[in-house]
Amino acid sequence: MIKFKHSEITPEKIYNKRRSFVKSMGYSLGALTLNSIPLINANASNLNEATSYEDITTYNNYYEFGTGKGDPHRRAKNFTTRPWSVKIEGLVEKPLELSIEEILSIKSEERILKLRCVEGWSMVIPWLGFSLSELLNKVEIKPAAKFIEFETIYNPEEMVGQRYPVLNWPYIEGLRIDEAMHPLTTVVTGLYGKSLPNQNGAPLRIFIPWKYGFKSAKAIVKIKLTEKMPNTAWKNASPREYGFYSNVNPNVDHPRWSQATERVIGESILAPRIKTLMFNGYEDEVAHLYSGMDLKKNY
Amino acid sequence: MKNYLKPFVFLLLLWPIYIISYQIIFNELGPEPVDRIINHFGEWTLIFIILTLSISPLRKLTNSTEWIKFRRMLGLFAFFYASMHMLSYVGLDYRFDFEPLIDDVLKKKFVFIGFSAWLLLIPLAITSSDKMARLLKQNWKKLHRLVYVIAIFGVLHFIWLSKTIFFKPLIFLIILIILLLFRINFNKSDSKI
Repeated sequence: MIKFKHSEITPEKIYNKRRSFVKSMGYSLGALTLNSIPLINANASNLNEATSYEDITTYNNYYEFGTGKGDPHRRAKNFTTRPWSVKIEGLVEKPLELSIEEILSIKSEERILKLRCVEGWSMVIPWLGFSLSELLNKVEIKPAAKFIEFETIYNPEEMVGQRYPVLNWPYIEGLRIDEAMHPLTTVVTGLYGKSLPNQNGAPLRIFIPWKYGFKSAKAIVKIKLTEKMPNTAWKNASPREYGFYSNVNPNVDHPRWSQATERVIGESILAPRIKTLMFNGYEDEVAHLYSGMDLKKNY
Repeated sequence: MKNYLKPFVFLLLLWPIYIISYQIIFNELGPEPVDRIINHFGEWTLIFIILTLSISPLRKLTNSTEWIKFRRMLGLFAFFYASMHMLSYVGLDYRFDFEPLIDDVLKKKFVFIGFSAWLLLIPLAITSSDKMARLLKQNWKKLHRLVYVIAIFGVLHFIWLSKTIFFKPLIFLIILIILLLFRINFNKSDSKI
């Protein structure tokens, strides 16, 4: 292991200034840093080891409940999820309105899928759910439909984040029809064998494992089939940064975050970043959807 | 009594170190500990820069020169926390793997401006002693006006790295603007400082 003297990595000024107490604090932090030096970058992530229930349910990006990662856990406790219904409409032969009870009666299975956030971290989550195609097959999509749009509930009374213009509320996300019909595109009804916690998108969310997390809309009330590409929330907020596709792609950097590597949630401070995989590791399953497309342009 | 004031304030200003040490020791850093440590030192750097910039307005408002005694200490602490911020980014997050780091500095404007702010802090830290102030005479004051550039860079760094300006980056921006406005007023009314 490479050894540095403390004086080599700490600016001299600070090094000289600190009294003995500070020195010891500095040493312990410095020692942690030095311990981690082995410059081995981890290889592929282990898709089987699930993140803890606690981390999955306390570390969330859900701006309807605030921009802090802990906000959704604290503020979504009393969010009303019953009664609830989901409309499926737009370019369909048979528009539908399904109650949450009807949707939950569809058989869910455990799907252990990896979530990669655009901010550069990832979790492995044992979701409960079923393929979105099961719902879409009920409504008979018209041939003119090219896209699908998901709309989150607008409820500023309970979703305090919606009282501020952080994003254009309600939150809109979308997919191409072939993406939506892919068996990995999951309607999520629960996690860890339990019903879905509010902070994770109860009572019903979508999950698309090969795309950055923000594509997976939460607390969905409307699913609309359209001809035009939906004006999705983050693309609307900053089109240069967030594309419609937003497929996990280590070769296309976000202007602010490198997408080549990611930190695994729940690991210790000494654990290194791991390499981000193309399509978040689901390349074999989904790459054919994008054959012939320039993924640098269609980010 | 007076003799104990400075050491007391010194120990008080180590507050961020106590907090993070507690969180490290008792495993309370949360699900993304590395990010937590980097952000902790980053936010405290901004707070200390804001505190440093508050001394002059405080002196005016309270009509007391007592405050000035602590400005150097605050400034040096700002530099200390900025260095801890950078060290945790370079060491904990990137494991001293300089290739992606250099890539970050060149390609990402928030890293570039943050790194620039840290570089600009170095000459201020080096020239912080009484001896240096005497040595540089009038130039000392000019040099230390760099703190305004550093503060603006620091807040821009925070705004640019955040997905949205709501709410912490916005709060820092507002406080900084207020502190800068103070300067304009004072300069007009009684010209020197």
